[in-house]
Order: sequence, then C-alpha cells, then structure tokens
Amino acid sequence: MTDLSGAAARPAAAAPILAVAGLQAWYGESHILHGVDFDVRPGEVVTLLGRNGAGKTTTLKSIMGIVVKRKGSAKFSGTETVGLSSDRIARLGVAICPEERGIFASLNVRENLMLPPKITKEGGLTLERIFALFPNLEERLGSGGGKLSGGEQQMLAVARILRTGARFLMLDEPTEGLAPVIIQQIGRTIAELKREGFTILLVEQNFRFAATIADRYFVMEHGRVIDAFANSELSANMGKLHEYLGV
Amino acid sequence: MFFGHSISAQELFGQLLIGLINGSFYAMLSLGLAVIFGMLNIVNFAHGALYMVGAFAAYFVLHGLGLNYWWALILSPLMVGALGAVIERTLLYRLRGLDPLYSLLLTFGLALVIQGLFQNYYGASGMPYAIPPELSGVRNLGFMYLPNYRAWVIVFSAAVCLATWFMIEKTRLGAYLRAATENPTLVRAFGVNVPRMITLIYGFGVGLAALAGVLAAPINQVRPGMGADVIAVVFAVVVIGGMGSILGSIVTGFVLGVIEGLTKVFYPEASNTVVFVIMAIVLLIKPAGLFGKVA
Repeated sequence: MTDLSGAAARPAAAAPILAVAGLQAWYGESHILHGVDFDVRPGEVVTLLGRNGAGKTTTLKSIMGIVVKRKGSAKFSGTETVGLSSDRIARLGVAICPEERGIFASLNVRENLMLPPKITKEGGLTLERIFALFPNLEERLGSGGGKLSGGEQQMLAVARILRTGARFLMLDEPTEGLAPVIIQQIGRTIAELKREGFTILLVEQNFRFAATIADRYFVMEHGRVIDAFANSELSANMGKLHEYLGV
Repeated sequence: MFFGHSISAQELFGQLLIGLINGSFYAMLSLGLAVIFGMLNIVNFAHGALYMVGAFAAYFVLHGLGLNYWWALILSPLMVGALGAVIERTLLYRLRGLDPLYSLLLTFGLALVIQGLFQNYYGASGMPYAIPPELSGVRNLGFMYLPNYRAWVIVFSAAVCLATWFMIEKTRLGAYLRAATENPTLVRAFGVNVPRMITLIYGFGVGLAALAGVLAAPINQVRPGMGADVIAVVFAVVVIGGMGSILGSIVTGFVLGVIEGLTKVFYPEASNTVVFVIMAIVLLIKPAGLFGKVA
C-alpha cells in the first residue's frame, strides 16, 4: 500500500514548493529578467520587493507562463514549468491575481467568480467560505464586472482563484490604489489564507503592508534578485532596504 | 396610390415570407461571423464558401451515403465544422497576432479556391435537392399559402440562433468564450486551453454556416456560387448589427431580410440595394453598428 496522505508524500518539510534558478525572460526583443534565483517553501508568504521596472511582475508572469519567451528554471513541486504553456502550469496548482486585476467586464460578478475552472476534483474554498472572507461580493453577484469599485475588483480577483483548488497563489500588488480600510481587509485575508496552508508569493510596493504578513523577502533590481532576508531580520536590514527602494 | 399599383395581401405576405426566409439565412450566417470575429478577431471571408460546402455536403450525404435530409442536418455541420477546425489549426493559427488584414486575405483566397474547385467539378449550374417528404406540402393560412418547408426553415433557424445566443450569454461555456474574447491570456492562465477553444469556435462558426447551407439546399439549388451570392449582404448585416455582437447579428439578420422583402413589394428597383443604403446610413450615424460597443 502506498501512503499518499499527508506528510509521508512530502519528501522533506523544508523542500521548496517553488524553486526559481537562473530564470531569464524576454518581452519580444527586450531582455527583462537576467537570471532570477529564489525559492518559496510550502505555507510561506514570500514577498518580492524592488523598484518599478525591477522585474517583479515579469517574474510572476514568467512563472505563470504568461511571458512565453523564457530560459532557466522554475520548478513547481518538482515539475519544470519553463517550456510549459500557462494553462498547463495553472493545472499544476499555480494561480495568479494580476496587477491590473483582470476582471472581465462582459461577465457579471458571479460569472467572474466561477470562471477559473477547478483544477482538483474537490476544488478549493467553498463559496460560503469565500463570501465569509469577502461579504461585499455576495451582495454584488448580479452586477457587471465593470461596475465594481477598485476594492471590490481586487477582492473578486483574489476570491476567484481561491475556489479552484490551487494552493500556490501569486498576488501582484493587491493593495495598489486601494483605501486603507480595504488594504486591511486584504491583509486579514492573506493572513487567513496563510493559516489555511496556502503558499503565497506576493509582489508589493507597500512595504509596511508586506511587513505585516511576509515570512521572507527577496529584493529585485535590473531583472535579478540582489538580496534576501527573513522577516525577523527586517529591522536590521531597514537601512539597506531604503537604499534599494528609495527613489 | 403612391407607388402606382395596388398591393394585394397575397403579394405583401408572400414577400414578407421570402424576407423572413432570407432573414433566417442572414441571421445564421452573420451569427457565425460574429462568433468568429468576437473570438478570433478574424473577418471570415470563407464563410460563404463554407455555407456552399454545407449544402454540397447535404447532397453527398444523400447521394453518397444514402442518408436523408435529417441526417444531413447533423452530419453536414459536423463535417464542415471539422474542415473549419483543420483550416484554423493549419492556416489561421499561423496568422495569430498579425494584422487582421492577413487573415482576411487568407480567408478570401480560401473562398476563391474552394468555390473554384467546386465549380471545376460541378459546373456553375445547380443540382436539385428535394424537399424532405415530411416537410413538403403547403398549408393554407387563409390570407396566404405557406409552404411547410419554408415555415420549418424560419422556425428552425430562429431556434438555432436563440440556442446559440443562450449558450454564449447564459452558460459557463459562454462565459469562457466572452472572457477569452476580452483577455485570452488571463483565461489561459486560469487553466483553460484557449487555443483549442479558438479552434472549436471557428469550427462551430463555420458549422453554423454549413447548417444554413443544408437548410438552403431544398430552397435554392446546390450551386458552387450560392455562397458568393449571399455573402456580400451578410457582411452588410454584420456591419449594421455591429461587429461581433451576437444578439445584434441575429436581430439585424431577420429584420433586414424582412425590410428587403418589403422593398420588393413597395419599390422593387431598390430591393438589391436597400441593405447597403441602410448600412451606409448606420455607419454615418452609429459607426460601431446598431448593437456594437465602441472599442
């Protein structure tokens, strides 16, 4: 008998669920990522920091396969994703919440929420759980996707990837342009998801927000990871960080 | 009387019926074009030729396989749909991301090749296709005689159009389709095989054309030129309804068929041009079409 349940199936507790090594990526002719290295362990919240144009969003899009032209390695649960199409990568259990949120205006809120197909038989969170996290969405199910406020759009963009069964979520600047009260709600949600065992790779400009939920940070510059530290080392690294991120 | 001759009820309703019949074909053909344009951003000039192939397929199903009209209604769209899928996979696929002009030229060329091949083998004249016995005969409505087959065409095509509209606007499959029309990259990143969906949509769109071809076979003859005759008006319908609008193409198809029919009654000289005059007026007043959204 093979034991497929729980820890026995997992090789080692600290083995990364995502291992990115020497990842390069291109938009057409322009070379954006020049060899990105970092890893994410199961259950962690990892944040990519860096100035605009450092390659954070491109890193997420390359892992997802949305940026097609790429080299190097990005292994998810041991499977090499470089060379796979984005629909195949999604079915490995990777889900993205894009920076522009990507709410479909020609679909209503319910259709947007139900759009991403379940990638496992049992799926992820139930609708009840999702509505408990985002009560506003339940009231707006019949509204058109284009009629939502920025905060509601962001909640919908996160909510719809929770019911697919993907356990690895990539959130690209989920707090961008949102009011403080909504940022708090998003923060609580991410903390809740972490407690439930989701692994989260976050791109965030709002450093104070990231500090409340991240386990580890990787700092990017010019398409490379140039520094890394754990949340516990944060205060010791504040000076360096201001240098990295300051304008 | 303004038009110089009195109009009998028989004449009026007769033309109204012909208008509805033509409208049925316009609606089904422009619906397929709209679905294809919405999803692939391709102006499918091969649509008329594939409508013709649909009618020929019905002919082959009858004379080659010995299967009747009802089988043709199922088999012909499947055959032409499969042909369309092959065309998409082998040719149109390569033009993705290029200027839409390339796919327009390719499909236009395909239309000429397909039509030329059929003309070469079957000549320009038509081959008759009998009305299925279940639908032959006429019923007397009191004010006019209604051929059963024509009534069937109108009802059936309206049902097909409504079913297609329902599928696209109200079902989960349709939600994928609408979402992929808006942002195919993201839909793919959610795990949907968008390229395969695009192939199937093209197959579905030309399958609708083939279905219209089967419906048309007993009314017109099965002729290589039958698609070329109808396609110009169908494109005008699509422009009037609004490129890519599903409901727009259905409603505009039927309405323009009727307007064309009524023009034959009241001012026959304009019956061939009225659709294009309407198109010009619509383009002046509402360039995106009656049901179109401004891009």
